[in-house]
Amino acid sequence: MQAKTTILSLPTQEFVHPGTRACTGCGLAIAYRVGLKALGKDTILIVPPSCLTVLQGLFPIASTKLPCLNVTFASTAAAATGILAALKSQGKTNIKVAAWAGDGGTSDIGLQALSGAAERGDNFIYLCYDNEGYMNTGAQRSGTTPIGALTANTPFKGKLQQKKDVPAIMAAHNLSYIAACSASYPLDLFDKIRKCVDMPGTKYIHIHIPCPPGWGYDPRYGIKIGRLAVETGYYDLYEIVNGEFKLTAASEKLVEKRKLIPVREYFRSQSRFKILADTQIAEIQHQIDAKWAGYYKKDE
Amino acid sequence: MGTRNYRRKTSHSEHGPGDGGRTGSWRVERPVLNTSLCIPCKRNAEACFMCWLFCPEVVISRTIPPAIDLEYCKGCGICAEECPTKAITMVDEADFTDEDKDKE
Amino acid sequence: MHIIENGNVAAALGVLLCRVNVIAAYPITPQTPLTERLSEYVESGEMQAEYIPVESEHSALAVCIAASSAGARTFTATSANGLLYMHEQVQWAAGARLPIVMCVVNRAVGAPWNVWNDQQDSISQRDTGWIQMYCSDHQQIIDAVIKAYWLAEKVSIPIMVCYDGYILSHTYMPFDVPDQEKVDAFLSPFRPDYALNPDQPANLNTVTLPDVRMDVRGELAHGYMEIRYLLQEEMRTSLTVAAEAEKRFADIFGRGGDPYIEPYLCADAQYIAVGLGSLTYQLRVSVDVLRKEGIKVGVMGVRFYRPFPDEALAEALKGKKGVIVFEKALSYGYEGALVSDLKSALYDHLAGTGVMPMVQNIILGIGGRDIRTEDLTQALRAAAKSRVSRQPVWIGLKL
Repeated sequence: MQAKTTILSLPTQEFVHPGTRACTGCGLAIAYRVGLKALGKDTILIVPPSCLTVLQGLFPIASTKLPCLNVTFASTAAAATGILAALKSQGKTNIKVAAWAGDGGTSDIGLQALSGAAERGDNFIYLCYDNEGYMNTGAQRSGTTPIGALTANTPFKGKLQQKKDVPAIMAAHNLSYIAACSASYPLDLFDKIRKCVDMPGTKYIHIHIPCPPGWGYDPRYGIKIGRLAVETGYYDLYEIVNGEFKLTAASEKLVEKRKLIPVREYFRSQSRFKILADTQIAEIQHQIDAKWAGYYKKDE
Repeated sequence: MGTRNYRRKTSHSEHGPGDGGRTGSWRVERPVLNTSLCIPCKRNAEACFMCWLFCPEVVISRTIPPAIDLEYCKGCGICAEECPTKAITMVDEADFTDEDKDKE
Repeated sequence: MHIIENGNVAAALGVLLCRVNVIAAYPITPQTPLTERLSEYVESGEMQAEYIPVESEHSALAVCIAASSAGARTFTATSANGLLYMHEQVQWAAGARLPIVMCVVNRAVGAPWNVWNDQQDSISQRDTGWIQMYCSDHQQIIDAVIKAYWLAEKVSIPIMVCYDGYILSHTYMPFDVPDQEKVDAFLSPFRPDYALNPDQPANLNTVTLPDVRMDVRGELAHGYMEIRYLLQEEMRTSLTVAAEAEKRFADIFGRGGDPYIEPYLCADAQYIAVGLGSLTYQLRVSVDVLRKEGIKVGVMGVRFYRPFPDEALAEALKGKKGVIVFEKALSYGYEGALVSDLKSALYDHLAGTGVMPMVQNIILGIGGRDIRTEDLTQALRAAAKSRVSRQPVWIGLKL
């Protein structure tokens, strides 16, 4: 087992320049910055349209110090396959390929290509940064927007449907590695990327990303809100290694503690949930409790 | 002068700082560090650096004391919120004189 | 070496000889035998390439786009709705200036479903910034694939090599398979100006502004409009480069001709039938019949459709009494795309000269409707007598 990375052991080399167009307090900017540290210099990135397209810069200036191919919305994972094939045909086996796509680009329009690449077992890391909506186009609902969230196109009733569980879909592809991470736990993200880099086939990493304008909160509280999602048991940090599910980091500790913060605190921290009624919150709390009862049982 | 002789014929970007301009101008509040509360400053040893870890903009250095690049700092306040000793406070930009601002 | 094989195999052999690095394809009739053959070459070890069995045509071109951006010579092939499903990627490949070669095995598009031949699929991609070549027989298919790689890599523009489904893809003809050494002499390995790599990190296809902007070195870089203008400019230049390709090819392989058009008995003809692909060879039979009747007709195949060889066509057609454009596709609401382009070229080059031919349009063979040579002969005979209609005339229609 690898030693856990600490702030002091985290590599100091930066792969992102300051002065990007990302919104003030962008959660993606944190995850991206630390994620690139984990991937390292010898990596080729693939990015479909998303907030990251904007963060990365407008021609002719790029904010990222790694080579990157911007691709069409639906083609991210297929593009990873293409780069891998080109590298293989040139005998370049030391270069990693990493795709960074948003939740819409992953759970909705990019799912077919992702499923195809995963089924072929193409050797790359797919990172889905999940800010739970089409934030780059003004915060419309996506497949991973949670139930009850107001978005630009669920303006009064909030989203009526459940969040799509993309890691579970990827788990059905029998990948060597799947992880759920959060921008609020960057060291956990770093360790998970490092852990899976040399594992075979497609690796899938899901990252929960607080988004100040999309979620409706003061940018300074972004990290706290991401943490609250974990400490309420609403969003879990875990990994699935060769089919074996295991809670990790802060979520693993919650099993020991046997104590979750009421999810109401999470919902009340963001204006997108302002129409959630107490009865709905109670229903979601019930679901969380049932999920965690399962975790506790497994732990016994 | 046109772009006829530009070395590329496609969108081929090279990396550098400030694609979004001097994003420090977005700032409404400015982070101000009180070194007497800052853990690495007090211990004069590498420690904490939570502000460096969580800064979305890569504008806080991992040094003693941590330095904040105000040319690009957007003033999100995450550093102030995550600092375990409240060594960073967010101060209204209006409280700074033009002279202070010129120094940035 | 002369062999007898079908048109799909001719294309596959061309790909094999060009030492393509990455092939990605999704099955669609009538393209499938081509890509199946390529998978055989790769699995048997005859070809050193990566064969990616993708989950859609959109991804097939995504693989080619990415692999080409990383320095690989790439190939894909499709037909009909597969090409339509790729459409976004087709545009992307051209804007990114990637020298991908794709065979389009022409087939009618849905709805309703129809698996037979016409050319609506590739014609509908006319304005995407790809070079389009049309083949009339198997020799042209294998030769076009080889020429296409040389040309595409020279001008950094992707190329569609189009040939008619079934009529060429599934029929057997004798053709010459060039020696590998000759192909290697003609076509060097792919060496792009830039390939994605960590030692020279570049960020490709980033958002590009309406106006120009200074880069990190202080040089003024293009805006979107300059990048798109350069595509148009180099599309036009590629006409000249195509002539160079044709000449190089003729020098090495000892065959070839006019890079843009393929005339048959046109020199003294008063009426010229014009078309794309295998139809023009069928029209030769009608021309022979009508010549015996004393009607001076000829036929001209357009081998290069984009960039459009307007000057060559105007030059070849000036002073003729009539031009009859036969098309297996059309721009709904007006007429065939080729006839519109041709009229535009004639107007540009011949207006006011007094040598402007009359132009007619015939639509036929849509969705694989049988094209009978006697119908072609009759249509050509009638058109040579008088202009039948200002509107396109549909032949073979049973309404």
